This record gives sequence, C-alpha cells and structure tokens, in this order.
Amino acid sequence: MRADLEIIYDWVPENAHVLDLACGDGVLLEALARDKDVSGYGLEIDPDGITRCISRGVSVIEHNLDDGLSSFSANSYDLVIMTQALQALRRPDKMLDEMLRVAEEGIITFPNFAYWRHRVHLGLRGYMPVSKSLPHAWFDTPNIHLSTFNDFEHLCRDKGLMIVDRAVGVGDHRGHWTSRLWPNLFGEIAIFRVRRRS
Amino acid sequence: MPESHRLNDPLPADSVGIITPQVAHFDTPLALACGKVLPDFDLVYETYGSLNAERSNAVLICHALSGHHHAAGYHNDEERKPGWWDAHIGPGKSIDTNHFFVVSLNNLGGCHGSTGPLSHNSETGRLWGPDFPLVTVSDWVNSQARLADRLGIERWAAAVGGSLGGMQVLQWSMAFPERIANAVVIAATPRLSAQNIAFNEVARQAIRSDPDFHAGWYSEHQTLPKRGLKLARMVGHITYLSEDAMGSKFGRDLRTNDLNFGFDVEFQVESYLRYQGDTFSTTFDANTYLLMTKALGYFDPAARYAGNLAEALAPALCPFLVLSFTSDWRFPPSRSRELVDALIQAGKPVSYANIDSPYGHDAFLLPDERYHAVFSAFMQRAAKEAGIMPANDEVTQ
Repeated sequence: MRADLEIIYDWVPENAHVLDLACGDGVLLEALARDKDVSGYGLEIDPDGITRCISRGVSVIEHNLDDGLSSFSANSYDLVIMTQALQALRRPDKMLDEMLRVAEEGIITFPNFAYWRHRVHLGLRGYMPVSKSLPHAWFDTPNIHLSTFNDFEHLCRDKGLMIVDRAVGVGDHRGHWTSRLWPNLFGEIAIFRVRRRS
Repeated sequence: MPESHRLNDPLPADSVGIITPQVAHFDTPLALACGKVLPDFDLVYETYGSLNAERSNAVLICHALSGHHHAAGYHNDEERKPGWWDAHIGPGKSIDTNHFFVVSLNNLGGCHGSTGPLSHNSETGRLWGPDFPLVTVSDWVNSQARLADRLGIERWAAAVGGSLGGMQVLQWSMAFPERIANAVVIAATPRLSAQNIAFNEVARQAIRSDPDFHAGWYSEHQTLPKRGLKLARMVGHITYLSEDAMGSKFGRDLRTNDLNFGFDVEFQVESYLRYQGDTFSTTFDANTYLLMTKALGYFDPAARYAGNLAEALAPALCPFLVLSFTSDWRFPPSRSRELVDALIQAGKPVSYANIDSPYGHDAFLLPDERYHAVFSAFMQRAAKEAGIMPANDEVTQ
C-alpha cells in the first residue's frame, strides 16, 4: 500500500462508515473492510480503477468530484477520506466544506509543493517541479491547485477546522524525524486529519 | 444487434452453440397484480452452461420490451443471427457459461411461446387476444420465481437485465431478497419519466388506431395491425438510438442521388426505419407490445413509499451493479444515478459505471471493451463468492 494509505489505514477506527473520494483501485477500502469491518463507498472517475474496485468487491461509484457530494446527506458518514485529489479539484476549499458536511471528520492527502526537492527545482533550476509525487509536466498536469503543508493549515484555520493529526510521507515511506519536525520542508506528501468544531 | 455471420460457417468458438428452447407448464393458478388470476400458464425458456451440483451457479436473464427467451446461441444451423444478448453470454463473455448456468425466459404476455395474447384461455378455449390480463413487472418476477422452483434453483447467483429487464432485477431484489445473490441493472430506470410514458402512448395509439386492429381481435379477422405496429416500432427505434449514432450511420444520405420531390423513401434513415418497422410488424404481436409498454409504465416501486425509493429498496440484501451509457437518452445516466443514490441512501452495496458509448439505449445489447470489463469483473466476483470459481483466478480485463 502507498505510504499515505498506510498512515490513513492506522487512523481509521473499527466499524467506521467511510466515504473514500478518489479511491483509485480500492486497495484501502478493501483492507479496511477486511481487517476493521469498515463499510462505505469509494468514488472514482478512472475506468481502470473502477473495474479493479469491482474485482475486489469494493462498492465504487463513478463520480466526478467537481460535481460535489450532493448525493450524500449531511452527517451520513463517520469519516470522509480524499487522497491525492485535492490538488486536481476546481475548488478544493468547497470540497473541504462538502467533506465536513457529510462527516464530522476528514482525512486529506496531497503533494506538498514546498517539499525541498520541489523548491530546488523551482528556486535553483527555475523549472516547475517534476517528482514522484508530481510526475506531470506543467502543460498536461491534472494538478491545477498546488499547495503547501502551510497553505493547507492556513485554510483549515480560516475555516475554523480542528487539525486532529498530521503526518508526512516521503517517497514510499513514512517521513522520519526531519520531516516530522519541519513538514513543510521535508514532507513530500502532506496528510491531514481534520474535524469540524461542533 | 450482433452481426449475422453464419452462412454455413462453423459456430464461433465463444458461442453457446445450438440451443433448444424448453417449455415449463404450471398448473397452480397465479394471482396477478390487476386482481385477475391466471389458472395455468406456460413459460418458454432456454438454458446455457450447466447447473452445478449445489445449484448455486444459476443466472437469470430478464428481457426487455421486445425481447424473448432466445438470448444466446442459435436455434439451428440455418439461423443467421444469434440470440439478442449473444455479445455478453457465452464462454469467456461477461456472463461466462464456463462458470454459470444461464436461464433466459420469455415473459408472461409475450409472443414467443410463453402464455400470452396468442395463447388460448384454458377456461374458455378462446384465444386470449386483448383479454389477456395486463401483467406487471411484479407478476413477471412471481412467475420467474415459479420457474426457479421448477428448476430447483433456490437462489440465483445473479439476476441480470437491461432496460425493462433491469426493472425485473430490481423487483427481484425487493420481492425475493433472499433468492438473489447479486443484481445487475443495466440501462434501466426506477420508473418511467413523463417523456417515456408519452413515447409509449404514441406507440400504443399507432397500434390501436390501425383499422386492422379490431379492438385487439385481429386474429379472428385473419389480419394483423401491421401499419400500427410498424409505426410503434419506428417511434420506439428512434428512442433506442442516439442522435450521434443515427447521424454517423445515415447522416443525410439519400437512397438515390437526387431529391425526387415526393413522399416515397428518400433519405437512408427513412428506409432503415421503415425496414425495422416492417420486420417487427410481422414478427411481433400487437397485443403483447401494448401490454409490455403498460408494464413499463406501471413499474414504480417508490410509489408505495410516497416516492421514497430508498425505503422501497430497504428489503434488498444483495450487492448491485448499475450500468448506464453516456448517449442513452431513453433511460439516461441520470436515471441510473437516481437508482444508485437511493441504494446508497439505503446503505446497500452498489457499484456504478457510466459507459462511454455513442450507441444510445441500444448500447446495452452491443459489445464494448469497458462494458465487458466492468460487467465481467462483477460477474467473476459473484462466481468467486459463490465458490463457483477459484478465488485466486486472474481477472481478465
């Protein structure tokens, strides 16, 4: 499993009712259902991902996240997860509102644009960063709203959200002490667990 | 529809082969939704693949408006076209007959061998004709349950259907939740829209206003309401195709090079529609067409729950696969999504894919790479869960 998915796997409580936005091939939901009795649905737009979910027995709905979550009523889930999709949405802030309408808690992961390698790319070499977490060229990238660890914290503060937990992933691994101490610099993947104040 | 490729050619390797329909006779009366009772009835059906010892690998195929029991394979060496869903039933196909035992029947009220307007009423000895009761989707499902009993099938590994067939699958999930393990609902809708009903009404009026209709007793007048049925089919056919499919198939092509300033066939699309209508008007029964369109219109499981479809679906126990096609404007993706949203609201396991296809409503009958991938992934999952297929088998995509 991808590093960010492993961290999320640990965070999801047993028996939780979960919505997984951009669930990919369904590997997280399958593991959660198998080991933690977690129920819920995955939303995905990629045809191959959808087929793989179905093969795994994961309930998956073909859905464009830019269309919002109007099919899901308020407080109908314990947790909404969205991995590596925030940066590709038309309005990430609106999606954050939607997630925390449907559930009290959300887990969000995205590539941290302030990761030191990205800074080197842009700051020293003068090119848009291309890395494992940002593999596309500037002209064909689906990532239209890149942000940093700090940016996201700022947005959460503005929205009055509580940051319950945060973590970083570097490459295929969980971040070590440097990235935990200076996540905005050493974290390649930002992982946030946020909660609305009720 | 599948291409006709048989002209003394050998059977394709992925065909279920030569199939002989069977007839099941039922003596126990069947109470219908309209309040009438069918004293006895026949159901004609075909089967493909073989039933396992545990009787756990049976798949029910529910047919659409003008469908019938002949869903796959050939009836004989002379038949040019295979069954109507041959693209998806057979060895290695979406409904893989290497694993599944497939049962496909002609519904009550049909005109292909099951008891319907063309049969004789055993109580009066007279042809049923227009007196055949207006059967509903739930009547069909009740009669299909009788057939399942007869075949010793306690629980279908899956019930599968497109369009009106999808409605029957929904009905199964609500009426006999413990008797289906999986539900596949393709290009369907939980209820007709006003526009759907309107098109059906035009079709019915076309038939009923044909002077040869004789209030449905045309057989006794040794005639057929061919013009009405032809018109009904022409209208229906337009709704089965997308604008793009029609455009790319015919465009504004003329049959001859010049306009002839008359009302004979000029455009290719006119010729095509007339041909479709003509063929249909001699092979399908008008009374059957009338009652099938009524059954479509009456289906509305949410009605009993003040329009709350999620509540209607509450009894369902099985996982669902819901599929729609982007260019289908008869039952567009939004109608499938309505069903999916209700299933989500009811907390039922459901997967949904919207297949990109230019072929309109008819796309559910045609082969398509992605359609096959999701459909077969779901069916293979069903086979593994039923223990019909080893769990570690590679998924073909």
